[in-house]
Amino acid sequence: MEIIMSVAIGFLFMAAVYLMLSKSLIRIIIGTGLLSHGAHLLLLTMGGLGGNSPPVVADGVSISDYADPLPQALILTAIVISFAVTSFFLVLAYRSYQELGTDNMDLLRGTEDHE
Amino acid sequence: MSFVFLIFLPLLAALFIPLLFKKVGKIHTGWFVLAVPVILFIYYASLLPTTIDGGNLVSEFQWIPSLDIAFVAYIDGLSLLFTLLITGIGALVVLYSIFYLDKHREQLHNFYVYLLMFMTAMLGIVQSDHLITLYLFWELTSISSFLLIGYWYTRDRSRFGALKSMMITVFGGLMMLGGFVLLSIMGNTYSIRELITLAPEMATHDFFIWALVLVLLGAFTKSAQFPFYIWLPDAMEAPTPVSAYLHSATMVKAGLYLVARLTPVFAISGTWMWLVAGVGLFTMFWGSFFALKQKDLKGILAFSTVSQLGLIMSLLGASAAGYHIDNIAETTFMYAGFAAIFHLINHAVFKGSLFMIAGIIDHETGTRDIRKLGGLMSLMPISFTVAMIGAFSMAGLPPFGGFLSKEMFLTAMLSLTDFDLFSMDVWGILFPVVAWLGSVFTFIYSFYFVFHTFAGKHKPKQLPKPAHEAPIGMLISPVFLAILVIVIFFIPNRVGDWLVKPAVMAIQPFLYNSPSEVDVHVSAWHGFNTELFMTLGIFAVGGLMFWTLHKWQKSYDRFPDAISLNALYDNLMFLSDDGANRFSMLYMTGFIRSYLVYMFSFVIFILLGTLYLTEAFAVDFTNLAPVGFYEIVILVALVGSTLTILVSKSRLTSIIALGAVGYSVALFFVIFRAPDLALTQLVIETISVALFLLAFYHLPQISRKEERMPFRLGNAVVAVGVGITMTLIALSSHSQKAMPSISEFYKETVYTEAGGGNIVNVILVDYRGFDTLFEIAVLGIAGIGIIAMIKLRLSKKEGQHENK
Repeated sequence: MEIIMSVAIGFLFMAAVYLMLSKSLIRIIIGTGLLSHGAHLLLLTMGGLGGNSPPVVADGVSISDYADPLPQALILTAIVISFAVTSFFLVLAYRSYQELGTDNMDLLRGTEDHE
Repeated sequence: MSFVFLIFLPLLAALFIPLLFKKVGKIHTGWFVLAVPVILFIYYASLLPTTIDGGNLVSEFQWIPSLDIAFVAYIDGLSLLFTLLITGIGALVVLYSIFYLDKHREQLHNFYVYLLMFMTAMLGIVQSDHLITLYLFWELTSISSFLLIGYWYTRDRSRFGALKSMMITVFGGLMMLGGFVLLSIMGNTYSIRELITLAPEMATHDFFIWALVLVLLGAFTKSAQFPFYIWLPDAMEAPTPVSAYLHSATMVKAGLYLVARLTPVFAISGTWMWLVAGVGLFTMFWGSFFALKQKDLKGILAFSTVSQLGLIMSLLGASAAGYHIDNIAETTFMYAGFAAIFHLINHAVFKGSLFMIAGIIDHETGTRDIRKLGGLMSLMPISFTVAMIGAFSMAGLPPFGGFLSKEMFLTAMLSLTDFDLFSMDVWGILFPVVAWLGSVFTFIYSFYFVFHTFAGKHKPKQLPKPAHEAPIGMLISPVFLAILVIVIFFIPNRVGDWLVKPAVMAIQPFLYNSPSEVDVHVSAWHGFNTELFMTLGIFAVGGLMFWTLHKWQKSYDRFPDAISLNALYDNLMFLSDDGANRFSMLYMTGFIRSYLVYMFSFVIFILLGTLYLTEAFAVDFTNLAPVGFYEIVILVALVGSTLTILVSKSRLTSIIALGAVGYSVALFFVIFRAPDLALTQLVIETISVALFLLAFYHLPQISRKEERMPFRLGNAVVAVGVGITMTLIALSSHSQKAMPSISEFYKETVYTEAGGGNIVNVILVDYRGFDTLFEIAVLGIAGIGIIAMIKLRLSKKEGQHENK
C-alpha cells in the first residue's frame, strides 16, 4: 500500500506544482490546496500505514497495534494551518481582483519603473 | 604610559563633538577639536629623544586574543615622524578650518567627527605593528576620506568623487589584506617587526612575489600612483582643509609609509625595486605633465601631489638598492632613503601651505578657476608671499627646503645608473632622464600656480566676490608653514638628525644600527657636480617653457578624453553597474511563475542531490500494509478528481473537484485509522469549498469567464520532476528509519504521564502544546490579515505612491 500511496503522493505534488505554475490566480490557489493534501498524505505514509486500531487507548489493545499517532498529530496541525493559508489566499485573490480587475498573474507583474 | 590608547583619543573626543556643537553653538566647535591634535603633538614630541638615539617604544593592548589580534603601538623613528606630521599638520588644519568653515552655515559636528575619526585611523596605521589592525585603520581612513570628500553631499561632484576614491582605495585595501594574509602565512606571525627578521627566509617562498604585488597595490592606490591616481583630482571636491590634510599631507602618504615600513621585508627582491621606483618615477612625470592641463587651482595641486608622491615613492624604491650594496657609506646609494624622508617632510610642509592658499583664494574671491584669477598680488600680499615660498620650494629653488631634497633626489636617481643588478645597468639611465623631465614640468606648474593667480592682470568682473586679503586667523597656519619651509633650508641637518635619520634607520635596518650611522650631511652647496648642472638645466628650460606657456598649453586639450584613465574608470563603473543590472533583469522577470520555477527546480536539485550523495534511496518491500478494495476505490477517485482539475476549463468544476480530492483524503484518514484527522478534514474541506464558492459568488465575472489553459511543456517538466522527487522521498523515508520513532514513548506514557486516552489529542495539547499555541497564532494572524484586507481600503492614490 505504501508504494501505491507514494506514487499517488507524487502525482498530487505534480498536479499541484503544475497548477501553481499557471497564470490564473485561482488555479494557483487550487494548486496550494492540492499541495497540502499531498503533504498530509506524505506525512501519513512516512510513518507507515499499518496499525490495526486508532491511536486511542482502549482495553485489550496492545501498544504495537495502535496506528502511529505522531504523523496524525502533525497532520492535524497542518490541516488547520493550510486552511488558514488557503482562506487568506482566497481573500487576497478576491481583493486583488476587485482592485486590479484581473486574476492573470502575467498582468500583475511590477512595471519597469518600479525598481 | 600605555600610549596605545592615545590612538583612540580623537575617536573618544569625537563622541562629544555633536553635543558641543548643539549646546555651545556660540563658540566654533573647531576650538574644542583643536585641543586634541595639540595635546597629542606635545605628547608625541616628548618621545623624540628616544627615537633620536635609535630607540623604540612598544605599547600593547589585547583585542581578540583567541585570534591573536592585538593593538600594538610601535613607536620608532618612522612612525614617530608620521605621528608628528599627522598631529602637527592636523592642529594647523583644524585651526585653519575654524576660519574656513562658517559656524552657522556648515554642519560642523559632522565635519569634525569625520576629521577626528580620520585622525585616529591615521595614527593607527603608522603605529600599528600588527598587520590586521593596520588593515583595519587603513580602511577606516578610506571610510573617513569618503565621508569628508562627500561632506557637501548635495553636490553631484562631491558624491561622485567620494565614491570614486572609495572604490579605488578600498579595492587596493582588499588587495593589501590579501598580501598581509600571505605574509602572515609565510612568517607565521602578524607582527611587522618579526616579519622583518624573517625576511631572508621568506624571499624564496612561492607566495613572496604575490604578497609583494598585493601589498604594493594597496600602497599605490592609497598614494595615488599611476594608474590609480585618478581618484585624487576628484577628491578635491572636499572642503579645502580636508584636501590639505588628507589628500596632501597625511592619508595619501599612508601608501608611502607602508612601502617604507615594509622595505626591509621586500627589498631583497628586484621586482620590488623596479615596481616601486619605476611606477613612482613614471607617476612623478605623468602628474607633473598633466598638472599644466588643469584650470582649477586645486586641480593643479592635486596633480602636483600625485607627482610629488611619485617622487617620494621612487626614492623609496631606490633605497631598496642599499640592500644589495656592501659599502654603502662610500657610494651615493645612501642618499635615496634620506632624500625620501626629507622630501616627505618638505612636501607636507609646502603642499599644506599651498592648499591653504588655494582655499583662501577660493574663500575670498569665490572661484578657483585660474583663468579668472590674476593680479591678486597687490590685493592679497601675504597670501602671495606664502604661495610663492611654497611654490618655489616645490620647484626646487633655493633658499627653500625643497631645493635640498630635490638635489638629493637627483643624486639618488643618478646613483641608480651605477647599480648593476636587475638589469639596471641597461635601463638605469632612464631614471635620471625621466626625473629631470618631471622636474622641469614641476618647475613650470609651480610658476603657473603662483603667477597666473597673483601676477598678470586683475579681472574683477570675472570674480564672484571682490577679492581681499584673508582674515588673520586663516593666515596663521599657511604663514607658519611657509616660515617652516625657510627654516628647514637653514637647519637641514638638525631636521636630519632629529627626524630623518631615525626614520631612515627604520627603512634600512639592514644597513644601520643607530641613526648616527646614517652618514648623510645636507648642504646647500656641494660644488659643481652633475646634480647642480641638472638643476640649472631645469631652471633654464623650465623658465623658457613657462615663458612660452600660453603658446603650447592649449595642445593639452587635444588629448582625447575618451582614452583617458578617467574614461576607463567611468566605463568600468558603468559596465559593472549596467552589467549587474542586466544580469539581474535576466532572471528577475517579474513573473511569479519564473520565480516558482527557480524554487521548484532548486527543490528537485537539492533533494535528489542529497538522496544521491548520501545514498539514502531505498525501497523496502517488506512490512507493507495490505492493499484493500476500498483503498483502491478512493485512490481512483482521488486521481480522477485531480485529473479533472488539471484538464477542466471551468473554474467551478475545478473547485468542486478540489473538494472531491479533499474528501478522498478524509476517507483515507478513516481507512488508515485516523478518526480525528478525518473529522477535521471533513469540516475544513466543507468550509473551504464554501469559501471558494463564496468568493466566486461575489465575483461573477470571474466564474463565468472561461480561459484557455494551454499545455506548457516547461511547467510540466518541472511539475513531473517535483512529483517524482516526492515519490522517491516518500518511498525512502518509509523504507528506512534512521532512529526509533518517538511515537513509542507517546504510546507508552500517554495514560500514565498525561492522563489521556486519545494519543493524538494528548500530543497536541500536552506533549506539544506550544506547537498548537503557535498554530492558533497562525490562524489568528491569517484572520487578522483577512479582516484587514476586507475592511481596510487604501485610496488608490496612496497605493500608487508607495513605490516612489
